[in-house]
Amino acid sequence: MKLKNQLKAALRSLAKNKMRTFLTMLGIIIGVGSVIAMLAIGQGSKESIQKQIAGLGTNLLTVFPSASMTGGVRLEAGSSIKLTIDDYKSLSSRCPAIMYSTPTVRTSGQLIAGSQNWRTSVWGVYPDYFNIRNLDLEKGAVFTMMDDRTASKVCVIGQTVNKYLFGEGQDPTGRMIRINKIPFQVVGLIVTKGQNAFGQDQDDIVIAPFNTVQVRMLTVQNIQSIMASATTEKMIPEATDEITQVLKERHRLGPSEDPDFTIRTQADIASTATATAGILTALLASIASISLLVGGIGIMNIMLVSVTERTREIGIRMGVGARGRDVLLQFLIEALMISLIGGFLGAGLGIAASGIIAKLMSWPVTITIQSIVLSFLFSTAIGIFFGWYPARKAASLNPIDALRYE
Amino acid sequence: MHRRWAVRASLQEVPEEEAVNMKDTIISVKHLVKVYKMGDLEVHALRGIDMDVQKSDFVAIMGKSGSGKSTFMNIIGCLDVPTKGEYMIDDVDVRKMNKDELAHLRNKKIGFVFQSFNLLSRTSALENVELPLMYNSKITSKDMRERSIRALESVGLASRAHHFPSQLSGGEQQRVAIARALVNDPVVILADEPTGNLDTRTSVEVMSIFQKLNTNGITVIIVTHEPDIAAYTDRNISFRDGRIQKDFRVEKPRNAAAELLTMPILTEEDTI
Repeated sequence: MKLKNQLKAALRSLAKNKMRTFLTMLGIIIGVGSVIAMLAIGQGSKESIQKQIAGLGTNLLTVFPSASMTGGVRLEAGSSIKLTIDDYKSLSSRCPAIMYSTPTVRTSGQLIAGSQNWRTSVWGVYPDYFNIRNLDLEKGAVFTMMDDRTASKVCVIGQTVNKYLFGEGQDPTGRMIRINKIPFQVVGLIVTKGQNAFGQDQDDIVIAPFNTVQVRMLTVQNIQSIMASATTEKMIPEATDEITQVLKERHRLGPSEDPDFTIRTQADIASTATATAGILTALLASIASISLLVGGIGIMNIMLVSVTERTREIGIRMGVGARGRDVLLQFLIEALMISLIGGFLGAGLGIAASGIIAKLMSWPVTITIQSIVLSFLFSTAIGIFFGWYPARKAASLNPIDALRYE
Repeated sequence: MHRRWAVRASLQEVPEEEAVNMKDTIISVKHLVKVYKMGDLEVHALRGIDMDVQKSDFVAIMGKSGSGKSTFMNIIGCLDVPTKGEYMIDDVDVRKMNKDELAHLRNKKIGFVFQSFNLLSRTSALENVELPLMYNSKITSKDMRERSIRALESVGLASRAHHFPSQLSGGEQQRVAIARALVNDPVVILADEPTGNLDTRTSVEVMSIFQKLNTNGITVIIVTHEPDIAAYTDRNISFRDGRIQKDFRVEKPRNAAAELLTMPILTEEDTI
């Protein structure tokens, strides 16, 4: 029998029992829909985690001085004072794999504005820091290198600081705060960053020019760390090598000696977080695919009923010359049609459901083409797998018995 | 012999004498035995049948139920295989064939007509007639349609091509079934109690169609237990307990078409 006729015959026999066909299809529709929606949720959360990490800067490299050792007692990492502003200058001029870089110093300070006060950390950095960390300003502007050179008493504050000092939604630019009794003018407000992947509030921060913090607040010579961004994510290993080489040279360390500094990158953190999100996605999808499986069993059930009901029809067809494989194909195509049409409608349902979830629960949701293709393939496979047995049963009927069947 | 069923003449004008007189053997059966096993019990449905059917024969197989006539018909129709014995149809040996080859043979050489019509419901008359051609991959859809319409014309049902079986009378349904049986241009039409579910007049109508087809050279074998119906055929074979009891040619077969003219017309649509 020609395929065109087979398809026509299958459509017709499905149309004969519209309600039944629809209910059978519903199993597949819900199955495919939920797989697509679950994959969308999984993929969405994976991407939002990736985005958060990217927000920290996936190209980010941080150079710390290694733990100092005094008489055999190791102190915490970063406690040594080996890193200087001159180290930073050679790095920024001699490492082509580095795009932006800044020395950092950090202290904590008691902030006072009017009748409010708040304690938080104060970072002293170059304006490049905003590029490295992908920080955007909601209000005002970043201080300049000129501010740094003159050790101007200006700062940029985060949303949390703004909330406690001036009130949520207030424009803090131009207003004065005192940090450890030194008056600073607020020049900018950072956009909300929320919590990072580790639960830290990224908005609880004050950023001031490097020199201002180093000279006016800390009065030290050393710097605590150097932050840099590689030109691309792929250049991170190269940047690491360059930094190692330059710093070893400056610190007069031979190539075989252990460096007295540590370089940390975001890559490790990113891969762990992504893997976790991947497991979550797989879990959601496998739960959803159980409903697809149940839908498949529904197809099998209905096809078995259909074969029994249509025993006489099978007999007639065989009587006029249908071979076993013609009958097999006929029923297989019917099963496949249910699962494919179901898959198609299910994809629509899945996309709609993802949209509704995104809207109502404001979850991050991403529908990928792969997930749609995957559920299509899966539902086709289910159609064939669960349609096979009933079709086989129909094909193996004896024409005489089938014709006599009442 | 191609499309020999396609007639232009109306039934009333069919000449009395036999139009075709070739005597090729198209069905040849030797020592045919069929034994059914029902658990430990062996049922001997056929106990050795020898029979030849010539081309353009019109044969009635008679016998009581249990005489083996239906089993014989199933074997002749390649729906079943004999336990022992030889069966040749159109010079093809059926014994060694597998299921698919038998299906192919049924599609090419045999047309079936059943007592209960066995039409697909919710499928138009035309599509029912097309069904055997559907399983013949060499035929184009256009050809399929043309041949089916011609087949319906030859049973006088062209105007009902798009009716569903439920919209047709019993006689009309049986005529659709006959059209389906002859659409694939078979070497033999097998009819199992074709008038069993029909009233007298409709039975005569159906027999007149068989007579007309036979006159045009188609071999027809019918199974019936009514001597009245058998009287329309050329040759009667009686079965009894799995054996042939009598095999004789009918001296002067009844002419269904002529009888129809003398019968009272019931309704307009019952006429051909």
